[in-house]
Amino acid sequence: MTDFNSLELLVCVGSRMLEDNSTVFVGTGVPMAATMLAQKLHSPNVIPIFEAGAVAPLLPALPISVGDSRTSHKALIASTMNDVMETCQRGMVDYTFLGGAQIDMYGNLNSTMIGDNYQEPKVRFPGSGGANDLASLCWKTIVITPMDDRRFVEQVDFITTPGYLTGKGAREAAGLPEGTGPYKVITNLCILGYDDDTCRMMIESLHPGVTVEKVKENCGFELLVAENLEETHPPTDEELRILREEVDPDGYIIGR
Amino acid sequence: MYDELIGLTEGQEELFVDPDPDHARAFFKNKNRAMVNKVTTVEQAVTTFVHDGDYLAVGGFGHVRIPSAILYEIVRQGKRNLGMAGHTSIYDSDLLASTGCMDRCDISYVIGYEIRGLSASARKAFQSKAIRKTDWSNCALAWRFAAGAMGLSFIPSRNLLGTNTFQRSAAKTITCPFTGKTFAALPALYPDCGIIHVHEADAYGNCRIPEGILVSDPQLARASKKLIISCERLIPHDEIRANPQATIIPYWCVDAVVEVPYGSHPGNMPGEYWFDEDFFKMYLDTVKTVEGTEGFYKDYVHGVRDYGEYLEKIGGVAKMRELRAIDKLIYANHG
Repeated sequence: MTDFNSLELLVCVGSRMLEDNSTVFVGTGVPMAATMLAQKLHSPNVIPIFEAGAVAPLLPALPISVGDSRTSHKALIASTMNDVMETCQRGMVDYTFLGGAQIDMYGNLNSTMIGDNYQEPKVRFPGSGGANDLASLCWKTIVITPMDDRRFVEQVDFITTPGYLTGKGAREAAGLPEGTGPYKVITNLCILGYDDDTCRMMIESLHPGVTVEKVKENCGFELLVAENLEETHPPTDEELRILREEVDPDGYIIGR
Repeated sequence: MYDELIGLTEGQEELFVDPDPDHARAFFKNKNRAMVNKVTTVEQAVTTFVHDGDYLAVGGFGHVRIPSAILYEIVRQGKRNLGMAGHTSIYDSDLLASTGCMDRCDISYVIGYEIRGLSASARKAFQSKAIRKTDWSNCALAWRFAAGAMGLSFIPSRNLLGTNTFQRSAAKTITCPFTGKTFAALPALYPDCGIIHVHEADAYGNCRIPEGILVSDPQLARASKKLIISCERLIPHDEIRANPQATIIPYWCVDAVVEVPYGSHPGNMPGEYWFDEDFFKMYLDTVKTVEGTEGFYKDYVHGVRDYGEYLEKIGGVAKMRELRAIDKLIYANHG
């Protein structure tokens, strides 16, 4: 078995979640690498959608931006943000991959600010970008993020992007489309899902060599643990070879 | 704290632009319909169509197909109290925020440079109350432009709901008269002046974007009261007539046309040239300090007469040919 770093693990685990012929709205960084790996390995017909308007490119190299030349290389359509977001609102997009500075037990994300004074925040981040739109309108939201207790917090400072808000039924009460919401969280330590009854985050699969205690130490809120806890399959030699040689040969994302 | 967000019926922050469609119609009623030659210089376009206090909207994707020459000129002329739609914005909003040109912003994405990290000078500017802020999402602003393009006062949508993004917006909720469902109501956005960089335009302002993504530029162009176009190349009017399907922006939206080859540097221009990553790295390193930021603008904006001199400073044609080769995958093994 080949050695791998935590970023490579995130990318490989993320890519496995994308079945063939699904539509996936892709953000910058790890999600792009995961989607490209899925395309090259097990889901050649996965349809990546980029927020600036490109659909289903045959990516010749890893894009730097969700709006750059690569995202429309041999694409099916180079359209508008309005068109691709309306496609989400119409219910045609299965997955979205997101990140964030903070996440809570309901999968609510903060990418806007730290502090309690909105006009003069302690720290200002970029803001929603397309994240609020995608988590509101795509069917399943997958978050990919490193895990530590500064990132996984009891309450986020600002809900930029909706998870399950306050729990079961809250999204629908707020007016968000029925049947949408957080699906998985992929971290460097484990894969988390959500409990059906409470919509709270739950450990579903531990990465090789990681314990439940280790995950809990790196989380600022109380985590549920799935009854049939699994162990994540480590990246295969083939996944790593394609990732390193074809997806990210310059190490932009995986840092090699 | 979370509970109060779910039933919130209106955002609490400032609405910077009047959404009244009859006010917009009164403006558009008097907009010139004549097909006249609108070709001008960067300096003249900014002098004539960008005024202190105006609310601006910039096309492209923040570091892809951006109207750099026009943005640098706005900084060079020292425009003040500008508002801006911080829609998919990166280098564009950074330039106007870091130089004190901007005093209010509808934010959906600022400060960040995607995988390159953050701009320290933009962060400092946006953390200060010197810039009044209202938050949205990328699509909320895209649909606000669409509402403007449609001549409406708002558009219903299913994003923002239940979040602090809604709380810090100026959106409201509305009950659908057909289904009884709760939607967000996004106010139409009619910018005073839009600025878009395109591949090709004729002298009247008919525009084409033959490669790469469109973002929200068709909507932004139509919603804007005035519109400055910079283009890589002017093309003969007959080429527009020969292929009308290719026209993305019709001339009647446009007030000024400026030909600026390599006009999106350091941004990517799809099909033409790639990002200048060396420049972005230099920029992000330089603006970590106040002195560095001042030095950057002294060197690259105030210290050069125009965009031609700027291009010489960043490496001239040789540099741009190098970036073109990357964009065209000329030396790549695949694709």
